[in-house]
Amino acid sequence: MSNAGIPVNEDGNKIAKTGILAAVMRIASMRETGLIAIILILFIAMSFASPYFLTWVNMRAMVMAFAVEGIVVVGMTILLISGGIDLSVGSVVSFAMVLAGWLFLSGTDPWVASAIAIAACACIGMAMGFCVTKIGLHHFIVSLAFMVIARGACLLITQGRPIGLYTLPPEFKFIGQGSIGPIPFVIVIFVVVVIAFDFMLRRSTVFRKVFYTGSNEKAAAYSGIRTKKVIFLSTVLCSTLSGFAGIIYMARFGSAQPTFGIGMELNVIAAAVIGGASLKGGSGTILGAILGAVLLSVVSSSLALLDVSVYWQDIIRGSILLAAVSFDHYLNKNKA
Amino acid sequence: MPAETILQISKISKSFGAIQALKAVDFNLRKGEIHALAGENGAGKSTLMNIIDGILQPTSGTIHLNGQEVKITSPAQAQKLGIGFVHQEIALCPDISVAENIFMAETNASSARLMNYQDLYERARTVFAQLSPIDPGILVRELSISNQQLVEIAKALTLDCQILILDEPTAALTEKEAQVLFAIMKSLAARGISIIYISHRMVEIFDHCDRVSVFRDGQHIITSEVQDITPDDIVKNMVGRVIDKLYPPKQEQHEKTGETLLKVCNYTEKSRFRNISFEIFKGEILGFAGLIGAGRSEIAKGICGLEGNIEGELWLRGKPVSVKNYQDSINLGMVYLSEDRKGDGIFLDLSIASNVSALCVEQVATRWGLIDASREREQARDLGDRLNLKRGHLDQPVSSLSGGNQQKVALAKMLSVSPRVIFLDEPTRGVDVGAKSEIHGILRNLARNGVGIVIISSELPELIGVCDRVLVVREGLISGEVSGDTLTEEHIMHLASITGSEPMKGHDMQDARP
Repeated sequence: MSNAGIPVNEDGNKIAKTGILAAVMRIASMRETGLIAIILILFIAMSFASPYFLTWVNMRAMVMAFAVEGIVVVGMTILLISGGIDLSVGSVVSFAMVLAGWLFLSGTDPWVASAIAIAACACIGMAMGFCVTKIGLHHFIVSLAFMVIARGACLLITQGRPIGLYTLPPEFKFIGQGSIGPIPFVIVIFVVVVIAFDFMLRRSTVFRKVFYTGSNEKAAAYSGIRTKKVIFLSTVLCSTLSGFAGIIYMARFGSAQPTFGIGMELNVIAAAVIGGASLKGGSGTILGAILGAVLLSVVSSSLALLDVSVYWQDIIRGSILLAAVSFDHYLNKNKA
Repeated sequence: MPAETILQISKISKSFGAIQALKAVDFNLRKGEIHALAGENGAGKSTLMNIIDGILQPTSGTIHLNGQEVKITSPAQAQKLGIGFVHQEIALCPDISVAENIFMAETNASSARLMNYQDLYERARTVFAQLSPIDPGILVRELSISNQQLVEIAKALTLDCQILILDEPTAALTEKEAQVLFAIMKSLAARGISIIYISHRMVEIFDHCDRVSVFRDGQHIITSEVQDITPDDIVKNMVGRVIDKLYPPKQEQHEKTGETLLKVCNYTEKSRFRNISFEIFKGEILGFAGLIGAGRSEIAKGICGLEGNIEGELWLRGKPVSVKNYQDSINLGMVYLSEDRKGDGIFLDLSIASNVSALCVEQVATRWGLIDASREREQARDLGDRLNLKRGHLDQPVSSLSGGNQQKVALAKMLSVSPRVIFLDEPTRGVDVGAKSEIHGILRNLARNGVGIVIISSELPELIGVCDRVLVVREGLISGEVSGDTLTEEHIMHLASITGSEPMKGHDMQDARP
């Protein structure tokens, strides 16, 4: 749905005749509804196929598997809506871990170290945003370069070896390992981030300008929107959220790995696109993107439970992406 | 003139979904004639030409070429049949040479593995020998718009065609270049090539064409020898009603306030325009005329802070103001409606409501920067009703509307900030006749209510019909002003394309004003 990103609240009582029907039709035709349906079908099928699937432990493991990555998905979705793309997210996640870990081992307070690392990731975003908006390079190339640069920096700092952070204070480890009641704290953070950004993306004027810019950059400029600023800030936001995710990973693993997050960009972009974000910009929702991530995660988990070879899993995930995009293209063509 | 018919179109209809673009149209073309096509935008001329060129397929009807029925399924086949089409929009590859552009189709079809540039340039030079001295070796991007147009024509000529379609080729040409083109057309016709010539300019039709066919609302209305018809008849047939009702009434004498809304002094942008000075009075509609590329749009965009490095002074309602970017301009109440609606005027994929609010989303938001969806829809509903917007649900994308209604959405967006001055660039391009006169009426009402209206248009009848005063721009300078009795196509065309003499400077203009 190309315009799924703009809030579609029902205006039913004004157009009484078609109001309720139209509302039902619109909800039924929304991307999110379709995804939820597919996920539910998978759930039902899997609960028959494997008694282990619907257990609390498995559910928790599945949510944990995408929760932190889900924060990166949020940033990527917003950047995609603005018309950009970021291939460097995986490297930036790793860079945040490695830099914070290295600073901690050098005697810095872990909270300060984390703040510095997140700020450094924001700087990577600024550098990319500068290249895109001031020099006029394409997001794809710029983020490809920074993907390599950030990864190189990780390897340089660690000399290629993982850093063990066994001395992290427990209150810091709580971020990644603690629970509030039965719910892991990571999931709490994830849910808060998702709800906050989903709400802002639907309602706030600031994020509306991201939609305008991505939908038609020139028309946005001709509406008085400073499109370069919008693109710059979207780029910075994506890198900052990636840095934030890196810190959570560090707290969760109690270590910093210079090779962590390789290939993450593909997962993240796939989730956003399955959830309805367009690579051309102008459309997408956080809820949709997260559902895309859930779908990919459920599929992975299902395949693992069914003892399907790991090598098959990638092929299946790629096929799901292709199917989702083709389906979208087909729908849009029929609409026009 | 031999009366041998080369192309016979019979009962051609074409519909796009529910819209019938052509209704059982008959049309014939004689060998060696220059046949003008006249009609408003949306009358069906382009659709018919696209059918002849194989871009579109007719829903029903037949085409006979040299007495034989043909089915033209693609532009490539049209070329084989000897039909060449010079489109209004230039469709050249800017980064390759002129010669390569001209022989692109041939190169594509050729089985040779290597390019023979020597031969290519040689043949291109032969083509240009009869046109204009353009070096076949230079890149298309380095040519002026008018020379690019000539390359398009050269491209069609190399196809060895028997029918040549020219779609408003003079829109981007100076008068001198246009005269060269007419001479070329005459010599081609003398060689037996038939030319279909689409133009809005009556003078060109009467000076250079043999016959004229008029279209309206997808129907063929009349075909006549030019000596048997008058310009008034053509216009009457084009619009299908009495001409003086086509445009809203002009400003009445007693409505002239003399109160200056906006005063522009010595506006200069180093490469686009210089010494631009003029005033917009309350209650009037001011027009900007000139050839494409003369700098009309650039001046409007410059005033609104959309592009360019501007020097000069701007006075809004007697106070000096400075505009650094478009946001400043919007805050001051000066807005610009783009000429390229789909390219930069509207957000096709976004909803009607969010299009209307785009100029100042903050207006429909709460203090916390959250958009109030019901207020946003209310704004779109109110403005849409005011402009008589025919729409479905406000949450539907703008792409679901017709061209005229899309333009009304763009206009509603302008009105959403209650502007003091609106610059409208080609406000009725691609808009059907009904919506067009509706938009003109809306603009007149706005002017009555004290909003300064500036219309930039390439359609002279529109400028003459709607505006109270027209400034003519030529090569980045204001070359003159026409109003009242001098507001005629001849005066404007003369001012738009006079060559040789240096045009009047901006300050002379002010002195010359009564």
